[in-house]
Amino acid sequence: MFSIDLLSNALVAGLLLGGFYAAVALGLSIVFGQLDIVNIAHPAFVILGSYVVYMMNTAYGLDPVLAGLLFTPLFFVLGVVVYRIYYAGFERTGRESLAGLAFFFGVMFIVEVTIILIYGVDYRLVDAAYIGHTLHVGIIDLPYRMLVPFLAAMAMTGGIAFYLSRTFTGRAILAVSQDRLALELMGANPIRIKSLAFGIGLATAAIAGALLIIIGPVEPSFGRVYIGRVFAIVILGGMGSIKGTLLAALLIGVSESMVQTFIGPSWADAVAFSVLLLTLVLRPQGLYGRL
Amino acid sequence: MLRIRLTCLRAWALAGVLAVSLSAVAAFPGAARAAEPIKIGFSMTLTGGLAGNGKAALVAMEIWRDDINKKGGLLGRPVEFVYYDDATNPANVPGIYTKLLNVDKVDLVVSSYGTNLIAPAMPIIMKKKLVFMTLFGLAVNDRFNYDRFFQIMPSGPEPKTDWSRGFFELAMAQNDKPKSIALLATDSEFSKNAVAGARTNAQKAGLEIVYDKTFKPGTADFSPIVRAIQATKPDLVYVGCYPPGAAGIVRAANELGLEAKMFGGSMVGLQYAALLTKLGPQLNGMVNYDFWAPEPTLNFPGIEEFLEKYQARAAEAGVDPLGHYLPPYAYAYLEILAQAVEAVGSLDDHGKLADYIHDTTFNTVVGPVSFAKNGEWSKSRVLMVQFQDLEENNVEQFHKPGKRVVLYPSEVKSGEFIYPYNKAR
Repeated sequence: MFSIDLLSNALVAGLLLGGFYAAVALGLSIVFGQLDIVNIAHPAFVILGSYVVYMMNTAYGLDPVLAGLLFTPLFFVLGVVVYRIYYAGFERTGRESLAGLAFFFGVMFIVEVTIILIYGVDYRLVDAAYIGHTLHVGIIDLPYRMLVPFLAAMAMTGGIAFYLSRTFTGRAILAVSQDRLALELMGANPIRIKSLAFGIGLATAAIAGALLIIIGPVEPSFGRVYIGRVFAIVILGGMGSIKGTLLAALLIGVSESMVQTFIGPSWADAVAFSVLLLTLVLRPQGLYGRL
Repeated sequence: MLRIRLTCLRAWALAGVLAVSLSAVAAFPGAARAAEPIKIGFSMTLTGGLAGNGKAALVAMEIWRDDINKKGGLLGRPVEFVYYDDATNPANVPGIYTKLLNVDKVDLVVSSYGTNLIAPAMPIIMKKKLVFMTLFGLAVNDRFNYDRFFQIMPSGPEPKTDWSRGFFELAMAQNDKPKSIALLATDSEFSKNAVAGARTNAQKAGLEIVYDKTFKPGTADFSPIVRAIQATKPDLVYVGCYPPGAAGIVRAANELGLEAKMFGGSMVGLQYAALLTKLGPQLNGMVNYDFWAPEPTLNFPGIEEFLEKYQARAAEAGVDPLGHYLPPYAYAYLEILAQAVEAVGSLDDHGKLADYIHDTTFNTVVGPVSFAKNGEWSKSRVLMVQFQDLEENNVEQFHKPGKRVVLYPSEVKSGEFIYPYNKAR
């Protein structure tokens, strides 16, 4: 069954899928990788993003990516509020490890139930002129349903990487995970910086949600299937490295696509997680992590 | 003094009334019981992956409860539901039924929705020797062989193979006979059972199986899978999956121009308004299973009134606004239970109840229903419908005939089969 056509299409499909995975994992890379907060509710916020995008798309015919972008400020504020509650309840008192994890489990259920109460439990999809069409480049097929999320994910990842490496606040976010005391000595308030970082992490969920609902239908608990995969990507990439997260997401995407094409779709997860285990054996800090 | 005497008189009067009431209750226990509601207990998928159907089923069941209570109840007693959310998690089901039977002391039990949520309740129900009306389980009783099990989905006495029989009979009846088939299933109990039956039917029909794989429920992109199927050049593509997979596979098949003589099978989700409306013309030509469509051959007594009530409540409940797939059957499985209880005149003798259900043909909103020895429908009525002339983004079209044309079985056939797949796209 092997052919150059199949191989090249599997590679491209994997890269497109990986781009989307990067968008979903990006927020978690900041929150979990840099702030060390196990926000297990992140995929639930991605689903919340999908639902608000669905609402804007159905009510006003707004393009899903644009709708996601419009909601980023609101998600940012939501992120700041969630972090402040987490800080006051757990981090400040040093109970963040187990109690903090339970807190985010609780947040996940609250988000899911809120979605159910507002939108019900039916599957939701969006409309966009490009969904259902394909760009053919030689032997390569690029479904716009995957291409648009890939491009949006690349733009978002590039933007976040630029912000974190080139601005004072961005560098402060990187610094807060490394040496909180040194940051305080520089005159920055670590709690404010962490709130800001958590807000940015959650703001990415609005766009990731838009990309998810472009790719396929969602229902309130759909985020749970992504929990394992996004944490794996963040760990594989190296905790807190945006570049590493992107590379890990692409690697997982390509390995899944190759396995789906040439071995069998049911092996896709097993092979992707084997890549994670193998990488961690050879490079415990992840692809771009520091020891 | 006068006040004290009056108070004493009142106390004696009250005691007298109480004594008369108590003796009346002792003399006519049935009269007191008549006021007690009959409790029907069940678990239901109200959250989690199957919540869309579970909530829709609950809406239909509540319509039945309201209808029967308006008519004076069951055995003259009002009907009440006791139910818990199983969160689409099979592990929650045994605990729920244990509580329903031992703590809530329900009079009757019915099942949750779906194969994976019915099977875990079976050992408890069997131990108590209860009649178990179940909702949309595929071949659950194959392993239990329980004689008080009944299943409302019209999959037929040999559920695994009856399920896809229509797909293969249609394919093999064409002049340009197919020679090969690709089989694809979600890695879940229902889909694997459906595709196992399709595999048997394919082998019986002498088809070469060129692709036979499963995929994980969380799969995001189906392009690589569809491309791998396309590379094997199958004449038929038979898929068993749930809604996210159905949407992903249909989209990928259209984006990549899947070529086959027939494409469809057991794709759950292609019966719901949300997916039907958004996928629209991308479904044209596909042949998929269904249980009801607004075709003249399926206009059973009571179905229109039921759907009118259901559709009025659906928006508020946030469930499928059409309600053609599961809700009529969720209403019907309670209709059957109620008809049996009324005929037997008892809630306690489950042996008699089961015998009556086995021996009777019931008139329901989904038409006449009778059961085989294994509790499945005595004759399969799994419809094979072909999507024809669908327009983009128009939910109204699905209220009318001619869009999901029934091709199989022949007794309810409502239109002509357009073959091959590409001709109807």
